[in-house]
Amino acid sequence: MVATEQYVGSPVLRKEDAKLLTGQGNFVDNQSMAGMVWMALVRPPHVHATIQSIDTAAAASMPGVVGVYTAADLETAFPAALPMVWPITEDIKIPTHWPLTKDKIRFAGDAVAVVVAETREQAEDAAEMVTVSASDLPAVTDLEEAATDEVVIHEDLGTNVVVHWSHGGGGDQSVFDSAPVIVQERFTQPRLIPNAIEPRGCLAYGSPAAGEFTLVSATQIPHICRVGLSIATGVPQSKLRIIAPDVGGGFGSKLNVYAEEALALALTRSIGRPVKWIETRPENYVATIHGRGVLHDCTLAGTEDGEIQGMKFVELADMGAYFQLLTPGIPELGGWVYMGPYDTKAYWYEFKGIITNATPTDAYRGAGRPEATFVIERLVDAYARRIGMDPADVRRKNFLPPSAEAFASVMGLSIDSANYEPTFDRALELAEYDQMRKEQQARRDRGDTKQLGIGLSSYIEMCGLAPSEILGALRYVAGGWDAAEIECRPDGKVVVRTGTSPHGQGHETSWSQIVADGLGVTPDDVEVLHGDTSVSRLGMDTYGSRSASVGAEAVARALEKVRAKARTIAAHELEVAEDDLEWTDGAFRVSGAPDKARTIPELAASAWHAHALPADMEPMLEGTAVWDPPNFTWPGGTHICVVEVDTETGKTDIMRYVAVDDCGNVINPMIVEGQVQGGVAQGVAEALYEEALYDESGNLMSSSMTQYLVPTAVEIPSITQDRTVTPSTTNSLGVKGIGEAGTIASPPAVVNAVIDAVSHLGVSHIDKPASPERVWRAIRDAQGGAA
Amino acid sequence: MIPAAFEYARAESIDHAIELLGGADDAKILAGGHSLLPLMKTRLAQPSLLVDISRIGDLSYVREDGDMVAIGALTRHHDVANSELLQQVAPIVADTASRIGDPQVRHVGTIGGSIAHADPAGDMGTVMVALGAQFAISAAAGATRTVAAGDFFQGLFQADLAANEVLTEIRVPKTSGGWSYLKFNRRAIDWAMVGVAAVQQNGSAAVALTNMGETPLRAAGVEEALAGGADPATASARADEGAAPPSDAFGSAEYRREVSKVLVRRALEETLG
Repeated sequence: MVATEQYVGSPVLRKEDAKLLTGQGNFVDNQSMAGMVWMALVRPPHVHATIQSIDTAAAASMPGVVGVYTAADLETAFPAALPMVWPITEDIKIPTHWPLTKDKIRFAGDAVAVVVAETREQAEDAAEMVTVSASDLPAVTDLEEAATDEVVIHEDLGTNVVVHWSHGGGGDQSVFDSAPVIVQERFTQPRLIPNAIEPRGCLAYGSPAAGEFTLVSATQIPHICRVGLSIATGVPQSKLRIIAPDVGGGFGSKLNVYAEEALALALTRSIGRPVKWIETRPENYVATIHGRGVLHDCTLAGTEDGEIQGMKFVELADMGAYFQLLTPGIPELGGWVYMGPYDTKAYWYEFKGIITNATPTDAYRGAGRPEATFVIERLVDAYARRIGMDPADVRRKNFLPPSAEAFASVMGLSIDSANYEPTFDRALELAEYDQMRKEQQARRDRGDTKQLGIGLSSYIEMCGLAPSEILGALRYVAGGWDAAEIECRPDGKVVVRTGTSPHGQGHETSWSQIVADGLGVTPDDVEVLHGDTSVSRLGMDTYGSRSASVGAEAVARALEKVRAKARTIAAHELEVAEDDLEWTDGAFRVSGAPDKARTIPELAASAWHAHALPADMEPMLEGTAVWDPPNFTWPGGTHICVVEVDTETGKTDIMRYVAVDDCGNVINPMIVEGQVQGGVAQGVAEALYEEALYDESGNLMSSSMTQYLVPTAVEIPSITQDRTVTPSTTNSLGVKGIGEAGTIASPPAVVNAVIDAVSHLGVSHIDKPASPERVWRAIRDAQGGAA
Repeated sequence: MIPAAFEYARAESIDHAIELLGGADDAKILAGGHSLLPLMKTRLAQPSLLVDISRIGDLSYVREDGDMVAIGALTRHHDVANSELLQQVAPIVADTASRIGDPQVRHVGTIGGSIAHADPAGDMGTVMVALGAQFAISAAAGATRTVAAGDFFQGLFQADLAANEVLTEIRVPKTSGGWSYLKFNRRAIDWAMVGVAAVQQNGSAAVALTNMGETPLRAAGVEEALAGGADPATASARADEGAAPPSDAFGSAEYRREVSKVLVRRALEETLG
């Protein structure tokens, strides 16, 4: 259908939602097959222990049990251990990570055996009957304690300090000695549990005779999984198909290649029956990656009048008991944004990765950048308090100057474009900053029980992962390109195959908008296929706010190829030169004779029947593009949070939340707003509620949603949003990325607000999450001990 | 998350339920299931038999009974919260019910199940203790007995309720004075970290605490101070006398003690106006 509307930039309703909201989604757990068996993992009640023996006999004789397998039974199934693809330094020590642990249990959740049975219930019942004889070793989950190597978790590595990466510094490091003001702070950030609504799960099937296998998995990364699982199982990539069906969220937790996926493939290969596994929520809490878990020592060098001269960050990062896919690279990802949006003269960042007796960590929404932004923004507030300046004035004074072009940064990479002050001004205006400061002062003067706090957070992020050349220089083993194919069908409909793998982000809608505009059709005419390595052959999947700036850019480039071919066919059919055609009202029209025209559907039909194409032209109107971005994209913005803190109980209520972001050009403003909404909700959770706590023996105390406080809609504030637009210079769409901005910007905005609310009582530091008890203790301690 | 194997029987009447309960060693009553089923799914509870009383229709009601209000044990929290009668003559009960868990919990969980589970973090038990409610219990061979709320809660998840008995009715006195139930928690859906029920009745104030010990607790020190003429600020300093609050991921015992004092003061200010 010929459409003349401009769809890019419009809040087109999500085409994905009808089926998801009416219960017609097709998730892994909606799928079953004839002859299918179920898998259950045996995760013994030990944290750190040497395994003496595993007795599977009782389990093997349970009803419905097909087999019980330990690492020894699967010795030949895995030619290689589970992959870690980012060995960030030459001398990094990499723990060997088999799908089932062989001789030692290294964290609560480390699986020692797998049971296969006819039903899920039988598999779980039998898993309980596997007994493990193991002698406990001291467990260490504290970062600094683990770093002492008193307890070494992987003896073959000889140390828990397995990696030390240094940015190497930028600018004049002498300011850290010479600056008039030196602020030093230590910040801890707890472990977080990603909590995708759908836990993990997979279904493996195939033909052992043909050596061909398919894995349906709740994953963000079917294409990367194919590579990783091929390495782990030995199934060639040409015979391995990965399908990510509807996936219920990931937040990074499904950006991985997991043991259970490798086990399901290996078991379907040996048993010859489809093998299914669905993770339970308690299992999810121990066996799916965690995020954050870092400790920073920070230094800010500046002048008495608020000029930041240097920023220095030294981090310890909790790797957990093993590396997962990207574990050691996550802190490094933050390592390029520790200057924030500020024009610091000197820059330093380094981190050490520490193995602990806890669940492996890996990417969690923002991956490295929230960790960085939190400490920068806390540090800038500490600096403002130190020199007695308004934190808004300090920020404004130090923003990088605006630039519509890419420019070099002190951290060494090039920033695609920047304009931070308009975003900042708009946020202050929407938050009614000056009025809030007056209200705060009035409450302080009255000595109100409920005090007001205002928290600022200005951020920059590095999105659009990633230029392959830079990835290579950073020792990442793969590239960062993405791909798209566009196929125009003779009925006027269009099929798009994208290498990104949406699991909530709405690519079907946004990509359709781009293609509809380019081909003069409607978004409903465009079908976007994804998440299946046999359908969208090429891709690098979805994470790191990369999909629009890399994946959609690939779509835009494929679109240009389709349009070029269509123009050639149109000129041929209309018997004019291509230069005599113009694209107007959704068709190629002859200049000066607009009734002589061809629409894309007409040209698609011509190219399909191929009865009269130009000489040497191949049939079919289609185009493919593989796009490798020349740079990252660098969104930024300012978030402001206003809180009310009950000074008697320490409880915080968010009164106002303002998010003003600059993610470049916007394809679908409704989806962008939704991403910010969800991101801020997750950041508020991080600031006030969520924390994965271990007891002294290394058991996860926050073992269910009763103890791990995922906030609900009741706790999440209404969010006032606005945007400025500074187009990216990295891609033709001018887009930068928005998937992680809310989670990156919001934790420091909220925590800064809480501290601001009670700073007049002498409080200058409260750890995250700022729980009522933490706030209450901070006030009490500042007031000189017992209340 | 798959419960261990168990038998299931649906009771047609109270007597039938008692008969079924008597026939198994470790039978459990299933009413709303909101406390029991999560324990079973994590296999912390492995009853051999579930006696489902949820279909016994004549146990869901709210009605006047002289100067008391009688509430059937199977009345859902949602129906307790929305009972016009309770809103008028025992508003603390309706208001507290409206803040239990979330809408899904309130539509399935029952007042009797909540009380019989005897979780010290449960809100309704505390309100019952403050009100001086009476519980009607049915036992084998048609026997019935009545227990005062103050005597019913015996320990952590332990109530004066035998394995073959069924809590059938809750009777609360009508109140005409001030009242307050303050619940302190991290998320609206959470159990109370600390809760305080205060009720003004016949010129004196009754105060009870949630999650400050192994059972709902009467704040005897506060009541004594008030009776002696102390103002709320002074009386509330004795809020945690005799309390033994837990320390857990939500908060330390020390913090709970301090919060209980703040909440008692605020509840008394609301109650006594």
